[in-house]
Amino acid sequence: MLKNLVLSKSIKLTLNVRYFHSSTKLKSGGASPISYPSLEIENAGELQKMNLFQSINNAMDIALKSDPKACVFGEDVGFGGVFRATVDLRDKYGAHRVFNTPLCEQGIAGFAIGMAAQGATPIAEIQFADYIFPAFDQIVNEAAKYRYRSGGQFNCGSLTFRTPYGAVGHGGHYHSQSPESYFGHTPGLKVVVPSTPIEAKGLLLASIRDQNPVIFFEPKLMYRSAVEEVPIGDYEIPLGKARVVKEGSDITIVGWGSQMRVLLQAVHMAEEKLGISCELIDLRTIQPWDVETVCNSVKKTGRLLISHEAPKTGGWAAEISSTVQERCFLSLEAPIQRVCGYDTPFPLIFEKFYVPDHLKNFEAIKKTIQY
Amino acid sequence: MISNLLKLNKVSNTLNFSLRNFATKTGNDQVKVNFNRPFKTYLLEKGPENNAVTNKKELIDYFTEMSRMRRIEIVADGLYKKKYIRGFCHLYNGQEAVCAGMEYATTKDDHVITAYRDHTFMMARGATPKEILAELLMKEAGCSKGKGGSMHMFTKNFYGGNGIVGAQVPVGAGIALTQKYNKTGNVCMAYYGDGAANQGQIFEAYNMASLWKLPIIFICENNHYGMGTSTKRAAASQDFYTRGHFVPGLWVDGMNIFSVREAGKFAADFCRKGNGPIVLEMDTYRYVGHSMSDPGTTYRTREEVNEVRASQDPIEYVRHLILTNKLATEDELQSIEDKIREEMDEAADFAINAPLPPNRDLFTKVYVNEVPVRGVEKSLSFKP
Ligand SMILES: Cc1ncc(C[n+]2csc(CCOP(=O)(O)OP(=O)(O)O)c2C)c(N)n1
Ligand SMILES: [Mg+2]
Repeated sequence: MLKNLVLSKSIKLTLNVRYFHSSTKLKSGGASPISYPSLEIENAGELQKMNLFQSINNAMDIALKSDPKACVFGEDVGFGGVFRATVDLRDKYGAHRVFNTPLCEQGIAGFAIGMAAQGATPIAEIQFADYIFPAFDQIVNEAAKYRYRSGGQFNCGSLTFRTPYGAVGHGGHYHSQSPESYFGHTPGLKVVVPSTPIEAKGLLLASIRDQNPVIFFEPKLMYRSAVEEVPIGDYEIPLGKARVVKEGSDITIVGWGSQMRVLLQAVHMAEEKLGISCELIDLRTIQPWDVETVCNSVKKTGRLLISHEAPKTGGWAAEISSTVQERCFLSLEAPIQRVCGYDTPFPLIFEKFYVPDHLKNFEAIKKTIQY
Repeated sequence: MISNLLKLNKVSNTLNFSLRNFATKTGNDQVKVNFNRPFKTYLLEKGPENNAVTNKKELIDYFTEMSRMRRIEIVADGLYKKKYIRGFCHLYNGQEAVCAGMEYATTKDDHVITAYRDHTFMMARGATPKEILAELLMKEAGCSKGKGGSMHMFTKNFYGGNGIVGAQVPVGAGIALTQKYNKTGNVCMAYYGDGAANQGQIFEAYNMASLWKLPIIFICENNHYGMGTSTKRAAASQDFYTRGHFVPGLWVDGMNIFSVREAGKFAADFCRKGNGPIVLEMDTYRYVGHSMSDPGTTYRTREEVNEVRASQDPIEYVRHLILTNKLATEDELQSIEDKIREEMDEAADFAINAPLPPNRDLFTKVYVNEVPVRGVEKSLSFKP
């Protein structure tokens, strides 16, 4: 049913001024690169052009400088790590604070928990999110429950795990997965996924300083391709707050990480071809997620689409969808759409077919609007 | 020892193999080879002899097999650079004597499991270059139907091809238990790297295997680096053959196919007699980067690579034995190499021209029976 459909609304950007461009082709291919609106940081001071791995490096640099108890470690991080995110940090802060670990994820996680329990600020890297599973037990059973099971006597809240996640075009089964909802399902953990260099820096600094264990998933597809003018100073972006990337009135679209650019592309397509206005929200924090911002938006638009790369069943879209229908039942004009990966292992040869690209999202938007 | 060599860093590039490995012809095409990098034993009263007897047929076979292994990796490298292969691809150049030597020490009824550096293991286990290269190119004719790629190849009694570092080792222990339970008399060979040796799972597997006296050969391929990290930066003890604590071990010159073969026979015999597990540390070297995205020269010097290549190359060593003992001429060896080149080029052509798997294969083999796969929306969701 086409209720409340306003035709050809002009696109209002909440944040104007700067945009960043992707230098490589979007993974969905096809359309020309689109500008993704940059977040404005108040009193930002001096800016410097950085890609995603550089802004993450810059955040760790600030963390190491401002907190003498901060340490960075993981497989090959002393050399800069496979994605260069820790490059030069060892030279700057010494091998006692920035160091390589042996190849042992479970050990890395447990070690980080112990350090945090002693009041240090461990920033541990798991080389790929796909290799976080050997550390799953330490993270889920030890880190997440330390405060609770000791009645508040002990905790490992100063702990942050950084790990690259998501599709890159050819990563196959073990260099592509998006495990955020496994961790979102665990009370005691916070889960954060940034989507731009500016946000990655502010969110990482907030994660490092947050007094709860945080898992910080970095969209590796964007390490090099996303470039923005990033403030070089110290700033934080609060956890648990979503960002309305673009305001709109006909449908709310929620995503995170590298999916945001795919969604923006779908939004452009929908606005152009269907003459509708879409509200695009970057969840940024998966747990605890910003129920209020999403629900307020859905109450306004009456429609919701959520998209992520992880398989559909039990993915974080299911959690959002269920909460929204509990809270916004009377505002919904159409069933909530989830545009996700298929319920298969992450494939090698079939990646293009598997990923929830802008075309699949466009189809789902159309279906919702025409319901 | 490679480790000594690395320290010295000054060994001449013009190697005289006869200095390194003394060999004598004992008549009737028989050659006795002495090992000058002797075995080291751990918790064993006696290791294998530090020499072996071989003959013309074996030498030609070993030369051929290892050259095929080297060649398929060179072809894979070329295909990768031409962008026919996408994703992660790890090559075995330099380590051939380990894989080949163990195959000549055991039977095809024995079982093998390894990590992601698996192309040559496939070939050693009887898979054709066509199905291996087709898999690398993610084609339907590949050994895993194009679904596995470089890191995930499988064939009879070869359990992969495992992408997660260390995960294959306890799986190997399970395979070994089954051999014991069914009294097959076969053993399982579980390969892992020097980096993987630091994963907790390996120690869990040592314990189970020892506790239950399982017929498993733990084979640590010590190529001295786990990605960019050298063993001395990652391992508190670099004597990987002693790291099973209560599991006996042998240090083996992994660049010499005869040392590997003798160690392999010794270990298989040890296991088949019901003595439980044994660890073989294979001292070896990878000439190429960790994977295709690693030039392999940022954490080690070019000289180091060149020195190992010049002084210990496993194929050149066998060539040297053949030529100095006048068992074949250079021309004859050249014609073997030409045939191999042809075989691999033909396999590459086959792989390039083979069709991709159909899209519906995305949804198959997730469960034993095909189940509806939830897709984007109900109408688009796929029911096989
Ligand atoms: C659990 C896990 N952690 C990290 C990785 C990434 N990784 C792949 S290979 C490798 C190094 C392994 O080195 P080694 O065991 O020595 O084997 P080699 O590559 O030398 O054959 C690493 C860190 C992985 N695949 N799995
Ligand atoms: Mg290694």
